[in-house]
Amino acid sequence: MTPEHLAQLEAALAQVSGFVYPNEVELHWSILIVIYPYLTGLVAGAFILASLERVFNVKEIQPTYRLALLTALAFLIVAPMPLQAHLGHPERAFEIFLTPNPSSAMAMFGFVYAWYLMVVLLLEIWFEYRADLVRWRQNEKGVMKLVHWLVSLGSRDVSPAACAFDRKAVQFITIVGIPSAFLLHGYVGFIFGSVKANPWWSSVLMPIVFLFSAIVSGISLVLLIYYVTSLMRRKELDMKCLNTLASFLLYALIIDISLEALDFIHRLYESEESIEILERLIFTKLFLSLTIVQILIGTIGPMVMLAFARFSALPDELKRMIYFIAALLVQVGIFSTRWNVVIGGQLFSKSLRGLTAYKLELGGQEGLLVALGLLVLPFLILALLFKILPPWKDAETSPEQSAAQLT
Amino acid sequence: MKEIIRTLASSIESLRTQFRRWRAASSSRKIPIQLIQLGVIFLVVGVTVFLLRQRYVPESFGELGHYRADAVDVAAALESRYAGWQACAMCHSDKVEEKNRSYHRTVSCETCHGPAKDHTLSFMEIRPEVPTGREPCLACHSYLASRPTGFPQILQDRHNPVRPCSNCHDPHDPTPPETPQTCGACHTTIARTIAISHHAPLDCEVCHEVPPEHKQLPRAHLPKKPFEREFCGTCHATGASPPDQILGVDLSIYDIPRIDLTTHGGTFVCWQCHYQHSPEAQ
Amino acid sequence: MPKTYNRRDVLEELLKLPSATVLLGVIGPVKVLAATHTDDDQYEPTEHNYAMGIRVDKCIGCGKCVQACKIENDVPQEPFYFRTWVERYIVYADGEVEVDSPEGGIDGFPPVASDKEILRTFFVPKLCNHCDNPPCVQVCPVGATFKSQDGVVLVDNDYCIGCRYCIQACPYGARFLNPQTRTADKCTFCYHRITKGLLPACVEVCPTQARVFGEIGDRSTPLNRMMRMSHLEVLKPHMHTEPKVFYSALDGEVR
Repeated sequence: MTPEHLAQLEAALAQVSGFVYPNEVELHWSILIVIYPYLTGLVAGAFILASLERVFNVKEIQPTYRLALLTALAFLIVAPMPLQAHLGHPERAFEIFLTPNPSSAMAMFGFVYAWYLMVVLLLEIWFEYRADLVRWRQNEKGVMKLVHWLVSLGSRDVSPAACAFDRKAVQFITIVGIPSAFLLHGYVGFIFGSVKANPWWSSVLMPIVFLFSAIVSGISLVLLIYYVTSLMRRKELDMKCLNTLASFLLYALIIDISLEALDFIHRLYESEESIEILERLIFTKLFLSLTIVQILIGTIGPMVMLAFARFSALPDELKRMIYFIAALLVQVGIFSTRWNVVIGGQLFSKSLRGLTAYKLELGGQEGLLVALGLLVLPFLILALLFKILPPWKDAETSPEQSAAQLT
Repeated sequence: MKEIIRTLASSIESLRTQFRRWRAASSSRKIPIQLIQLGVIFLVVGVTVFLLRQRYVPESFGELGHYRADAVDVAAALESRYAGWQACAMCHSDKVEEKNRSYHRTVSCETCHGPAKDHTLSFMEIRPEVPTGREPCLACHSYLASRPTGFPQILQDRHNPVRPCSNCHDPHDPTPPETPQTCGACHTTIARTIAISHHAPLDCEVCHEVPPEHKQLPRAHLPKKPFEREFCGTCHATGASPPDQILGVDLSIYDIPRIDLTTHGGTFVCWQCHYQHSPEAQ
Repeated sequence: MPKTYNRRDVLEELLKLPSATVLLGVIGPVKVLAATHTDDDQYEPTEHNYAMGIRVDKCIGCGKCVQACKIENDVPQEPFYFRTWVERYIVYADGEVEVDSPEGGIDGFPPVASDKEILRTFFVPKLCNHCDNPPCVQVCPVGATFKSQDGVVLVDNDYCIGCRYCIQACPYGARFLNPQTRTADKCTFCYHRITKGLLPACVEVCPTQARVFGEIGDRSTPLNRMMRMSHLEVLKPHMHTEPKVFYSALDGEVR
């Protein structure tokens, strides 16, 4: 135990109001566990967006298809890192694969993650890019050729029959992938929703609320990345695509807020023994992050902006700006949603008689700096993925052109 | 050495040709090459995971349930610090027997003397603590409102302040050496409650008939409690004139609440609604 | 009247003899004490089902149990880590309920601070309930916490990964992360003691026998008698954890 940790606990003890069990002064799931559902939500959301294009044939969002896949992969790679860093014994994490407890919601994480990464995301990306990789390789030299050879697993066949099989495989994996994406994030919701000891978490709606907030966050993230990468590449933004993304974002937001409202009203109406402490929680410790940031700035604000911009006759430049700002606000809102669930659920005592406090450290294993690092890391990985697997359709009209653009 | 390398190289070469043939055959059978490539990778991953599991799952895991059976032995093998009174009784049977006859019969040796396992192992070198002064006794016997009402408690600044408890009470047989002067010596909770109530001026004996033996053998000779409404009516009935000499206090300065015994309270007796040690009715 | 020798006298007499001192020095006092134990039988966990009773109306809030627990089990001394603790409930006449547990009650309790009229007030010792249907065991991802054959919920310190899901899942706040081992930690009913026939440390030192240890089942234990003679309650029965710590004279305000 470090003196800093002790000082932190003493500061928390000083801020306890009412009664908490003595072991509850320490808050066990820190900001890292806030980041974990935030990242997996982005993964699931981005993948579901990609699936819309393939399975439901929404042609307008075609420019974002590969972008969304790579985004999902980049964030999925980082998703388990905060979990790992948060463990008391990170070196024992492999035990979750050795002896997974079949009754534990958390033990299934390893399998859901492995299924999603190996079977869904990597396979879909591989089939999607395989023919391109083979074609690119033919005009390349040095490291890039080697990388593309490795990534294509040494594939050579670009016959029409093979390419047709690729397309069929992608189609099939996407169909398997949609329930898998639902599983991935619904399951994260279940980790919290199944804790009967915690009235703030314990709710059958939790997986569904998590899922729709995931879709919201994924769409808005892909919109942001599409916007920024297009600017950086000095390419014209496809306004049709942006408009469609904005519509989807708006609809997802409406479903999301409806579900949250249902959950809220249900709790209020049932008025179980926990309602008083939860009321105190919402109006004191969570007032800023829940009422102001999550609901007003993160949900209602973007909803109004999107609805206004989407269905008005504003000039395209202005619309784009509004979409961009709305998507940014949505990200802030979703992050505080995760915060309110994870941290909020630990701020009140299970004796339902008092509240404790969480003070975010700057440094340390579970501090702000590590958290920021974990939030930036997916973007670095994404930049690397863009280098290896350029997602832009305009970059692969023909092998020669693509080669010219890559160099 | 060279031969080994040559054999290896030739076997690898034959494997490659076989693989090529097989691949050509499979492509004619229309199994897409992609699936074969992926199949190999998944097989490798699968076999690796299987082997790692074989190697690293702890040996005793799953013997008794979904846990390491050895962990039970680890938990059982921990060293204890408290020896238990049976260990004390082996050498100090006189003290234990004395204690077991006294009011402290439920108190274990190590409750006051602290953990003594080390003392049982080297009884000459390591001696258990011998509590002195007042603090160790006050941990249990200072007055706290939340303590059970019959539990002997003292007000530390009124009960022979500063003097160590053991001057008068033998910790192994703490029976008070002298008969307590006041009821509050044992019934502190009631004494404290009544002290801030309207009944503060009344002595306990006003309502309780206490046999003198109660102070020596409290449980064998219990005090009596009033059992009729008329008893409270002595003071509280309309038109009652409480006899000063019995109560021993001048009641004229108090505004005693009066009720009509025939109508007030119906079939209830007084103590079903009022707590005499703190009668809340204003 | 002939002097009756007890063991201590015998030892003292023996120690006066130089040869005996040498002999004792060789075989050691451990052997002397151990020799008196007659239970050579192998401990058989399946024959036991441990449980505890707590008589709320006996607890005086002295904190001896909390002290003993920390000493016996090497629980960190800081006031954020408790395998057992004592809570004080004060129900005021106006209906307000105040609960406190300063440093887990390890040094007892200060006098009630408020001047308001008290309706009732009492102490409640708390510890791991060793649930028959333990949510902590259900959620442990690796099988590092488990219910032993003799009905005690234990933690495998060499296997726990420190994810703290069990701490979240426990409705009673009975678990904590041990800052020294970085693994989950909780009451074991002093497993190392009870399997040797001793009482858990908290039960051993409880001066009023507010804590009663024993077993559920046919074997006659103090708990057996308590369960026969008292009206029993468990904490948070609606959680369906089926606790094996039984309370008598428990107040409805206790959560």
